[in-house]
Amino acid sequence: MSDLKTAAATPDRNAAPGLRFLLGPLPRYVLRRLSQAFLVMLLVVVGSFVLVKMAPGDMVDVLAGNADMTAEQMAALRARYGLDQPTWVQLLRYMYSLATLDFGYSPLNAAPVLDIILARWPVTALLVVSSVLISMTVGTIMGVVAARNAGNPVDLSISLLMLFFYATPTFIVAIGFILIFSVFLGMMPIAGFSTVGADYTGLRYVWDVITHLTMPVLALCTFFTAIYGRIGRAAMLEVLTLDYVRTARAKGLSERRVIYVHALRNAMLPLVTMAGLQVSSLVGGAVLIETIFGLPGMGRTAFDAVFERDTNLLLGVVFVSSLSVVVVNFVIDMLYMALDPRVELA
Amino acid sequence: MFGRRFLLWRLASHPSGLVGLTLIVLAVAMAVFADWFYSSGPWTLAGPPRLWPGQDPAFPLGTDSLGRDLAAGLFHGARVSLAVGIAAAAVSVVIGTVVGGLSGYYGGWLDDVLMRLTDAMQTIPSFLSAIAIVGILGPSLSTIIFAIAIVSWPMIARLVRAEFLRLRTYDFVQSCKIIGMSDMRIIFGQILPNCMAPIIVASSVLVATAIIVEASLSFLGLGDPNVMSWGTILGNGRAALRTAWYMTAIPAVALVSTVLALNLVGDALNDVLNPRLKER
Repeated sequence: MSDLKTAAATPDRNAAPGLRFLLGPLPRYVLRRLSQAFLVMLLVVVGSFVLVKMAPGDMVDVLAGNADMTAEQMAALRARYGLDQPTWVQLLRYMYSLATLDFGYSPLNAAPVLDIILARWPVTALLVVSSVLISMTVGTIMGVVAARNAGNPVDLSISLLMLFFYATPTFIVAIGFILIFSVFLGMMPIAGFSTVGADYTGLRYVWDVITHLTMPVLALCTFFTAIYGRIGRAAMLEVLTLDYVRTARAKGLSERRVIYVHALRNAMLPLVTMAGLQVSSLVGGAVLIETIFGLPGMGRTAFDAVFERDTNLLLGVVFVSSLSVVVVNFVIDMLYMALDPRVELA
Repeated sequence: MFGRRFLLWRLASHPSGLVGLTLIVLAVAMAVFADWFYSSGPWTLAGPPRLWPGQDPAFPLGTDSLGRDLAAGLFHGARVSLAVGIAAAAVSVVIGTVVGGLSGYYGGWLDDVLMRLTDAMQTIPSFLSAIAIVGILGPSLSTIIFAIAIVSWPMIARLVRAEFLRLRTYDFVQSCKIIGMSDMRIIFGQILPNCMAPIIVASSVLVATAIIVEASLSFLGLGDPNVMSWGTILGNGRAALRTAWYMTAIPAVALVSTVLALNLVGDALNDVLNPRLKER
């Protein structure tokens, strides 16, 4: 493993940056990451299967609960869905159907699960992506400001605010926002993705959606703003003690330039790693946010599926969410590696 | 290692430790004395519905839309929230310690397998998995504790593994091996007691997270239908948000201050147990 690290630490300067992916240890690293991604999805699939098996009754029992069925009819249905097969055959069949993105049929929506998820996916993606961008920017700025003022009242008040953001659960932040901005002040729409029946077009529609999504996105942001703030502060304090920062100061560069160009670039590295973890957490938080704000996303779909006992739909959402997180993490890893050749490949 | 009294005393002389400890003692007292103060339980229809706090001295925190005493709910809710938080944290500490300990002590292929599993668990959206587990198995205290523990052990496993990797090279471990002590005794009897400090610090944060997850599940209506936790009260109050916001605000304050307190105590424990880190 140590030769891998040295090879990575001294990248071939003559090679074009894009070629790095084709040379030396990199394909092995990519392969390793790919196999890890595959393992995550395998775990999701096996976990889902075990969960369904642990639950009392099977799909036919649920169907039979809604309609009068004789024992023969139930047995026929079990044979049709392959529920009479040995467990390992059922597991292999389940894996095969998920690998081909066949999540089955949702009786609740009277449509294939994949169609429902594809229709709801963009709302959640919009929520999550804007939350990542906003919390990273705001959190980093707060962390940097706190680090520059380390020990004085500015630092203390930012740290207290961060602690409060950190300790307040997402759904309470969301309710607090609704209470303050919708109920007391009447400034913001209380729920929904856009104004019902308004039929806005063009920029007017975009603005309408933005006003509807402001509170959900901000509510989803607070926790990770606090995390970025804490990590950013610590990373910045550490970087500011390094020799190259002293050199930059000695050169007579402005404090602003030293902080935001020289120091921040290195302090950002731990923040980027956090982004992958954040996406995973936000997908879960989206369930609460979309339910509270009545947004037609995947989280809301999962919530409805639980209460309608629509297992196919619920597990479909879990699968697609996990797949999205895995893809995002993979892309972040690849970006990270392309940006910083020192990144450890082991 | 360290006397329990001694540790408490050192915690209490730490500013954020003192604030945190006070709030936690309050919450625990509410849980312990819930039956003594409100013996008829949180579900009794005790008075007229929608009484605002202070409107009637008999109900200092008011009543909800069915006329249940909010103070009774808060006291009994403390019991459920704290119990679920502590139980779930305990189960995940046990799983995480076993996985992390074996991984760090033996290394090699076992470490590879266990750490890949830990990575994978950390990638899967945890709250969504918790919803799926509770939704499919049916909401009850045990499935909720199981769901929270299953999604939160990886953090402990990483921590314990890192400690074991550091400690296994120490002389005392080598000596234990030389005198022929069994691996299990070395892992659980010798190395584990030496990495209790970071585990204790992480546990306080873990309890806080578990309380939040339980409250979120109950808020969505996925709590155990037989018990009332702070999340249940929050979920019930949501429907009356426009007209009677105190029904959500009161349990929210209880929840946030308990979570805040656990985090403060975690920070203070970190300072008290690792004095060297303070210099950084």
